Amino acid sequence: MRKYFPFFLTYKKALILAPLLVIIDVFCEIVQPELMSKIVDTGVGQKNLSYIYQTGGIMVLLSLVAIAANIGNIYYSSHASVGFAAELRKGMFSKIQEFSFSDLDRFSSASLTTRITNDINILQEVIMMSLRLLIRAPLMLLFAVVIAVRINAGLASIIAVAIPVLAITIYVILRRGLPFFEKMQKKLDQVNGVIQENLINVRVIKSFVREDFEERKFSFTNNELRKIAVKASGTVVLIMPVMQLVMNISIVAIVWFGGNKIISGTFQVGQLMSFITYITQILMSLMMLSMTIMAFSRAEASSERVLEILNTKPTIVDSITAKEKNVQVTRGKVEFKNVCFKYHAEGSEYILKNISFTIAPGKTVAIIGATGSAKSTLIQLIPRLYNVSSGNIWIDDMDINDYTLKNLRTGVNLILQQNELFSGTIKQNLKWGNATASDKDIITAAKYAQAHDFIMAFPEQYETVLGQSGVNLSGGQKQRLCIARAILRKPVVLILDDSTSAVDVATEAKIRASFNQYLQKTTTIITAQRISSIQSADQIILLDHGEIIGNGTHGELIKTNTVYHEIYASQQLQKGTVR
Amino acid sequence: MKEQDTNKNKLSISGLPGRHGGISAEKPKNSGQAILRLWKYLSKQKILILVILVLLLINIATTLTGSYLLRPIINKYIIPHNVPGLIDMVFLLFGIYVIGVIAGIFQNRLMIIVAQKTVNMIRADLFNKLQSLPLKFFDTHNHGDLMSRFTNDVDNISDLLNTSVLQLFTSGITLAGIFMLMIYISPLLTLVTLIIVPVMLWVAALIIKKSKAFFTTQQSALGNLNGYVEEMITGQKVVKVFCYEGNTETAFEKLNYDLRNKATQAQLYSGVMMPVIQNLNTINFALTAILGGLLAVLRGFDLGGLAAFLQYSRQFGRPVNEISSQYNNLQAGLAGAERIFEIMDEIPEIADAPDAIVLNTIKGNVQFKNVSFGYDTSKTVLKDISLDVKAGQKIAFVGSTGAGKTTIMNLLPRFYDILSGEITIDGINIQKIKRSSLRRLLAIVLQDTHLFTASVMENIRYGRLAATDEEVIAACTLAGANTFIQQLPKGYHTILKKDGGNLSQGQRQLLNIARATVSKPVILIMDEATSSIDTRTEQTIQKGMDQLMQDRTSFVIAHRLSTVRNADEIIVLENGLITERGNHDALLAKKGKYYDLYNAQFD
Repeated sequence: MRKYFPFFLTYKKALILAPLLVIIDVFCEIVQPELMSKIVDTGVGQKNLSYIYQTGGIMVLLSLVAIAANIGNIYYSSHASVGFAAELRKGMFSKIQEFSFSDLDRFSSASLTTRITNDINILQEVIMMSLRLLIRAPLMLLFAVVIAVRINAGLASIIAVAIPVLAITIYVILRRGLPFFEKMQKKLDQVNGVIQENLINVRVIKSFVREDFEERKFSFTNNELRKIAVKASGTVVLIMPVMQLVMNISIVAIVWFGGNKIISGTFQVGQLMSFITYITQILMSLMMLSMTIMAFSRAEASSERVLEILNTKPTIVDSITAKEKNVQVTRGKVEFKNVCFKYHAEGSEYILKNISFTIAPGKTVAIIGATGSAKSTLIQLIPRLYNVSSGNIWIDDMDINDYTLKNLRTGVNLILQQNELFSGTIKQNLKWGNATASDKDIITAAKYAQAHDFIMAFPEQYETVLGQSGVNLSGGQKQRLCIARAILRKPVVLILDDSTSAVDVATEAKIRASFNQYLQKTTTIITAQRISSIQSADQIILLDHGEIIGNGTHGELIKTNTVYHEIYASQQLQKGTVR
Repeated sequence: MKEQDTNKNKLSISGLPGRHGGISAEKPKNSGQAILRLWKYLSKQKILILVILVLLLINIATTLTGSYLLRPIINKYIIPHNVPGLIDMVFLLFGIYVIGVIAGIFQNRLMIIVAQKTVNMIRADLFNKLQSLPLKFFDTHNHGDLMSRFTNDVDNISDLLNTSVLQLFTSGITLAGIFMLMIYISPLLTLVTLIIVPVMLWVAALIIKKSKAFFTTQQSALGNLNGYVEEMITGQKVVKVFCYEGNTETAFEKLNYDLRNKATQAQLYSGVMMPVIQNLNTINFALTAILGGLLAVLRGFDLGGLAAFLQYSRQFGRPVNEISSQYNNLQAGLAGAERIFEIMDEIPEIADAPDAIVLNTIKGNVQFKNVSFGYDTSKTVLKDISLDVKAGQKIAFVGSTGAGKTTIMNLLPRFYDILSGEITIDGINIQKIKRSSLRRLLAIVLQDTHLFTASVMENIRYGRLAATDEEVIAACTLAGANTFIQQLPKGYHTILKKDGGNLSQGQRQLLNIARATVSKPVILIMDEATSSIDTRTEQTIQKGMDQLMQDRTSFVIAHRLSTVRNADEIIVLENGLITERGNHDALLAKKGKYYDLYNAQFD
């Protein structure tokens, strides 16, 4: 709870005023039945017309005050709760911006999105509710009890019985019912899971003609869901009738005992009427309270998910030395010194083992290996997207930990395998590389990446809107835009992680050629599976299951390295007789 | 609040522009129609509903009678000091209340049974409907949108039936009942209520109108923010690589405060409704007390009547509030029902021709005769395609992305029907074959490797449900998947989670091949089926693949040209036209497009 205080700070005033106004409202509301009983007993009983006017006038006046107080309360509590939610969202979003890749891997992006949207919404609703009901219900209960006791302490003992009876019954019903709701939620997830898989697999289902099979599978889970839903709701739905029962029995008791008291002359009809109203009020407040508490317990899960984000300490931050030095990457020399890496500190096996190599500035280096050889992992260490587990990575003869993240990542740009473009125009997207780039720069970069031609083919050209509301690009076109975006950044070290996988071979060759021609001074690191596409690299690093098993030029490796030779042969064999 | 759909849809095989349907405002277009169709479902349980209605009336009647009994109790027994009579009345009151509560319990429980049964039927019908829809539907509809019909919309209907319907009925009948009893007790006193109620309704309508407007603006602000958050979080790694954290935060902050301002107003208006109506009712109560007091003093209005009347006037606020708050649920539920019925009204896959035949054994000769096709009639994607494939041959398609390779393969299983020309299998036009029979002869292995949440064994057996364990293992061995399956924690009984997430893309492709193998197809279609398998592994499974394709007519699409080298015929597609055809050597000798593509790989 304390963790949330800072997010409330801006809305202190609203947070204090909202409950105060509730108190006023409750007061105005709760004295009404008593005033009414006085109209009946004193006004009607003594035939005092002016008393009736006066008391009735007060009642109307109090109602008007209550309206004002209520509007005020809602005004302040919506300010406080919505404001709190906004601050919390901002806090969470900033926190996520600080996250490192390993933090991001830990939470899936879908889960992060849900937390920042749904979970915060639920918290907002709970705050809104608390600022009204959580104060109103117990206060109402308390006031009503006090007044009831004051009217007639003897009769009030009925309340003393009714409250615990109702409270215990509600508790028992919820205890029994809520676990069913959890089960129901799980079943519902299962049903949705089946639907989701069905949608994704539609081609498989249709091609194997499994529609009937799927229908049976669905019908089974669907029926299970129905059974558990009936159980869950069927239990909780008892609360209302039970409450009705307790309330009605109390009324019967009041009529009996109260009636007798009136007959013996110690009680009045008006009082009987107001007493019935108070007991209704009390039991209603109790219900309200239990509902609020239920809402709270439901929000607890959301709160935990939100706090989990807020409490995460980002694993990769600028060191103090880095900030003091504030050095830029200039030449592009990259060195790995005995680097070991695993994704989870507690994991048993290293994904990268004792990696050491040096890349001279301006060279083109290929990292080659089969799927699972940890190529992508290795290159992601260079811009410090993950921290090494042991060993060091040096760039321009300085440990990467001594660069600020900003300087390091400005100098070293990585084109990710799973790359993303954002909604906006093509130009806006390319400008991510360099916000101040001129149109000429943008066009040049697009030309290098073989993207210019297809961009110009769109009616809106560079102003073409991408994303949800705009054009859909093919995988290859997306990749080429990502390459252009990276080129615009003019990095000293440029890393491509299988960045042309969806680009056809002919275009890929053209991209390679323009890299050779225009990015001579840039240190370029490329991952690949095919030797043919990286044969001409200055240096080839062969990776196998996280270890370097070869490092040299194509000419050297083909002679000395058996694995390399084997891969080459396997690819050559397929190549056949040409050449 | 609408639940944000977090299930990202990343499937767009045919490359058709996806329909990114946002969920429209919560308002049914034609409530009557939606109610009528919902009633069709409900009417299947007519008797239960009738019982519920009777119970509901009993429940309301007991509540109202209970309050009314105060009048004779006070007038005839308490004031005249009639104790034995009072005892009788107390028992009567008690009996009435108990009956009411029993009715209430059964009414609620029965309603839940009816509601859940109805929701269950709707969900099943929707699901079964989906199974009957053509592939085109799935290619043109956003999965997130379809999912939200199953989740949000069905939920809304469920809420509507579980509580709203009953509440609306109860509140409406209660209001009418109270009103009649009020008039019965004192028509003059009812005047107060008659003046206040329109005021209450007017205020409620005013607030609802305002709050609706603010909710719409809030919803769009929320949509903007959610969209931004989702996009930025999905692309968070790119944000990091480009050090864009600062820019994103600034943009976020703007959207965030915009939402805050709009949400505050929306909350204010929606929150203020209940308490204000309640307060207005208190005013009603106060005025009734004054007038009632006056009537009692001046015209001898009976105290018991006043007590009962005041009791009713206090109860008046609740149903009014209930109705106005359930009104929203009603709208949301009906709008949800409409969206569901919209899918149910989609046109299913065109029925098989009445004279369509069932093919059991075929040789596997496939012919395309001047086939043209377009996803919509105005734009042809494939032009004049002719193929003559003999049983057991291997045909490969190459060409750049978007050339129409995958599209051709959608035509053979009749996922899409051609515009002109003819496709035959063993000389029989495929339009004359029952679709299910046609598809059973084929197996398709796709690049997108989707698996089901089930064991490895069950996933492979999906190809042929009757396959024995031995056959499954044999198929996996052939596809080169046996080795890694054995290494899984529970071997063939390992449950694959979430679309096979615990396997690598390459491994999943191997399972896909095994699944196709087990189905013993006559014709095999492989669409980039080995794209994620590295060259060394591919070599090791080559023998199995050759064996799989032996004696089968196979169609292969591959990005990697080494995979297609040994095809009997290679078709080069360019913009939906066949530009070159022949075997590997012939095409190389031709030094055309194929030659270029092939050599570009080995630059």
